Amino acid sequence: MRKTLLICRRELAALFGGPLAYGLAAVFVLLTGYFFYSDLVFFVLFGGASLPAGLWRFVFLDYRLVALLVLPLLSMRLLAEERKLGTLELLWTYPVRDREVLAGKFLAALVVYLVLLAMTASGPIVLYALHPFAPGPVIAGYVGLVLLGTAFLACGTAASAITENQVVAAMLTYGVLVFCWFVSWNEAAVGEAVAPLLLQLSLFDHFYGFAQGVIDSRDVVYLAAFTTLFLFLAARALGTRAWRGVV
Amino acid sequence: MIAAEQLTKRFGGRTAVDHVSFAVERGEVVGFLGPNGAGKTTTIRLLAGVFPPSAGRALVDGLDVVTSPLAARRRLGYAPERPALHREMTVAGFLEFAAGMKDVAGRRARREAVGKALDRIGLREVADERIGALSKGYHQRVGLAQALIGDPPVLLLDEPTGGLDPAHSLETRRLIRALGEEHAVLVSSHALAEVEGLCDRVVILHRGRVLAADRPAELAARLRQTSRIDVEAAAPGDALVAALAAVPGVRHVDLLAPANGHARCRVEAEPGEDVRARLAADVAGRGWGLLALAPLEASLEEAFLALIGPAEEP
Repeated sequence: MRKTLLICRRELAALFGGPLAYGLAAVFVLLTGYFFYSDLVFFVLFGGASLPAGLWRFVFLDYRLVALLVLPLLSMRLLAEERKLGTLELLWTYPVRDREVLAGKFLAALVVYLVLLAMTASGPIVLYALHPFAPGPVIAGYVGLVLLGTAFLACGTAASAITENQVVAAMLTYGVLVFCWFVSWNEAAVGEAVAPLLLQLSLFDHFYGFAQGVIDSRDVVYLAAFTTLFLFLAARALGTRAWRGVV
Repeated sequence: MIAAEQLTKRFGGRTAVDHVSFAVERGEVVGFLGPNGAGKTTTIRLLAGVFPPSAGRALVDGLDVVTSPLAARRRLGYAPERPALHREMTVAGFLEFAAGMKDVAGRRARREAVGKALDRIGLREVADERIGALSKGYHQRVGLAQALIGDPPVLLLDEPTGGLDPAHSLETRRLIRALGEEHAVLVSSHALAEVEGLCDRVVILHRGRVLAADRPAELAARLRQTSRIDVEAAAPGDALVAALAAVPGVRHVDLLAPANGHARCRVEAEPGEDVRARLAADVAGRGWGLLALAPLEASLEEAFLALIGPAEEP
């Protein structure tokens, strides 16, 4: 645990020591701020009486897209950069386990993401001060965003563990995540038998409940399983040095 | 301290390291020599526990790097060929991170370990500089400093003087020599002259196999195919060549450029023959003045080239 925290701290220092984290934070905050404002205006003009159905649903579905845009760019450097610099090889000669390295890296990205999410809370807080509302659906939406973002970051960590090229890592993450989103779009193409299964596997379908203020244990389990699977794949990717060497 | 036992590493169908065995004891600097692609770095990575061997064992201080990876890694310091550094960190910050990763417990102990490494490598004046702002020579030294953190008994240094200017290269060799007094040090290099002056023993690797292992001088002597002797005498050149060629045990004589008006010949003797006394007696017997009789020592470089074949110079 101590080494996980040490790696996490070093990674955070590296992230905030360069422009990437600030650039991503700026994009994240600007886009989420814009979506919050435009969704609020839409709700005031056409939204009706229900905040969860008329406002929060749209806000969280839009935030989901911002997370999809930004998080692969946050996770792309985690291991790819270390591989490129050769510091990953050095870590392998220190008394530290692969899983501690992975956990430290993943935790650092998660901390940055949580900071980004915390910054988006200013919109709902201001709205609550002006017009108090039931906080449950908002909390459910944020729980969903945390779980979804964790899954995105796990996928990005696995992609970053495969290659030393950050752009390749980011593209691979976009590829997997967008496929997991689109997989259930065209039910006609896959047939009636497969469509329900794909719907169950679709990453984004498991977020709708949260966006509407519902925390469904099936969605939680799915997103946790998705995260676990990709962290496992990341560990396997680090283990490939046994047969492909240090590349 | 360091033991490779029939170490073998295959990547797909390619065998990078093939049944390599050798040992390095405490208080010894062993040079790991071979042309590029010989398998030096792969062997060092196997010893450092970067990846497991396909067959054989790698032991660090008696610990198998596969079955006891963490304990073995606590006892080794590794400096890769290309310095692996976080360029945004300061030198001291990076070394403190390395100390934490190497289980140097307690903040004060880590600070002391960092201070010791900084002083030993001569990095004190750049301790607070960003690594990215430093020169390549400093990068190499920071890489060496992180290997020393925690004072591990085993040091694996992959081309530690690569990219250094002559002054820093000399300084680094002196440091490695000093480290060799209390550590077991394995230094890889393809620079023959460097290994010859630095190491107690040399292991020559080629195409993943150990070709030879011995002390540098003995290796050169053992691998010397013929002994050669330069003879200088106050005599006519052609007559000297003819006379020496007739001495028993002499295979071939070449006339060299005269020095100070005296004839000079290079005599090549049959393998295993010591013809020096016969040469001296022959020259003196003919009434010529014998001015010099100097055996030529084969250098490690010659031995190395003889081993791997002239077409594959490093």
